[in-house]
Parts: sequence; structure tokens; C-alpha cells
Amino acid sequence: MTAPAFARALDTVTRVRGVRGAMLVSAGDGLVVAEQLMEGIKGAAVAALAGSLANRLGRAMEAAGVGESVFWHLQGSEGALLVVPTASGVLVVAVAEPDVNVGLVRLELLRAAGEVG
Amino acid sequence: MSTRAVEAWTLAPLQRFVEEAAARLVLLMTPAGQVMAQHGFSRAVDVMSAAALGTAIVASTTEIARQLHQPPFAALTHQGERHGIFLAGVATPQSRVVALVVYDLDASSAGLVQLFFEQLATDLRAASPKEAASKQVLAADFERELNDSLNTLFGR
Repeated sequence: MTAPAFARALDTVTRVRGVRGAMLVSAGDGLVVAEQLMEGIKGAAVAALAGSLANRLGRAMEAAGVGESVFWHLQGSEGALLVVPTASGVLVVAVAEPDVNVGLVRLELLRAAGEVG
Repeated sequence: MSTRAVEAWTLAPLQRFVEEAAARLVLLMTPAGQVMAQHGFSRAVDVMSAAALGTAIVASTTEIARQLHQPPFAALTHQGERHGIFLAGVATPQSRVVALVVYDLDASSAGLVQLFFEQLATDLRAASPKEAASKQVLAADFERELNDSLNTLFGR
């Protein structure tokens, strides 16, 4: 997949009202692969912490015997973090307003994850 | 795991970094390989080898950058099967500090180490004495000072 293709995959996520930014993150090393973020969002920090969380969450789910994670939604008082892991080890991450339409963002994240592979 | 420092001002920033980045081994040293602080090492010979190898890598990459007419590389990351290595320099008011970090891939990541290294760099710059202490090193003192440093680093 090429850089423009990554950008197109993120485009569909960032077009949802209330999404402040979207990123592709390498889950294993917590580094940014591609990003489209509003000013003020620390992409490297979000990527590093999302990668770390994916690692720990994966182990917790394995220990609980509930299979692989498909979607996470972390709701904060001033925003939300929504993540869809892909089979290739890339996380599709959206940073959103607290009152964003979670269902719509989830659909777009799953669509982007399908494109990224 | 113990964290010890020859240069006392490096201790608090190093302890914070180790805790946040979940690093397994850390060396803070001068570009000449003189160790300022360490975390996680249990043998002096390992510290000396790691310091020599780390500073040699920095010297090599700095020379490659010079030949490419580039400023020195900011950081170098090597990811192995179970461990990762991160090597980077920080300019402080007193001197340049080289950091060598070894982390377990199941406890940390390149992204986390890079992220918290930025905080370490800020903390070191803030904690560094503003003027270098000018001290003449005599050959006769060298071995004693080396032994004193190793004793401090390993709590002997």
C-alpha cells in the first residue's frame, strides 16, 4: 500500500463530524505510519500509548479467552479514542469529540482497516 | 533494579525516564564514553562494554552524517526479536549526554521510549549545571577516579 492510499483511508474517517484526527499506528512499536490530525493533538504520544495499550489489551483478551480485539472505544470527559486493529498489525485510530457518533466512526474505521489490511 | 549516578543531577531525570518508559537498561554517558549514570546493569564490565560500543556507534553515525553533509542523526533505534535498543544524544548547558536504552518488547516499545526520551532530554537540560566544572585530569588521578565512579555506579 502506498502513502496516498493510506491518506485516502484516513480521509473517510476524518470526514465524520466530530473527528479531530485519524492515524495509522504500527501496533508493535507504537510509531506513526500516517496521520491526519488537527493542530494540538500530539500524534507521536497518541501512537506510542495506543501501541502500548494494544499490546497489553491483546494479552488480557488472550488470557480471558475472548479472542482478538475488533474495536475499542475509550471515552474521556473531553474526547474519545476509537481504535480498530488490523490483521497486519496496524491500528486505525480516531481521536474524536466526546459527543461524536461512535457507530459511524466505527464503520469508517472498519472500512479503513479493510483497506489497510 | 538499581539506578545510580556519578553525576548526581542526572539521577532524578533518569529514574523518571526508567519508570515511564519501562526501560530495562539505561546508560547516560559523555560522547567520550565516560559513564554519568546507569540503570539495570549489575556488572562493571557490562557497563564499560556498553559505553564503549554505544559511543562508538554515535561516533560512526556522526561521521556518516558529516560525509553526507547532514547534521548528526538525532537517534538510532534497533529492534531485535525480544529487545530493542535506542541510542540518542541530548545537548545540555554543560555538555552533550549520550543515552543508550535497552527495552523489552513485551514491556515497552520504540514509540514509548522515543516519547519519554523527549521528556528525559527536557529534564536533563533543566537539571544540568549551567557551567561546566573545569577540572584538570591528571594521569595519576585517572585510575582512582575511574574506581570511584565504578564504586558509585554499583554501590560498593
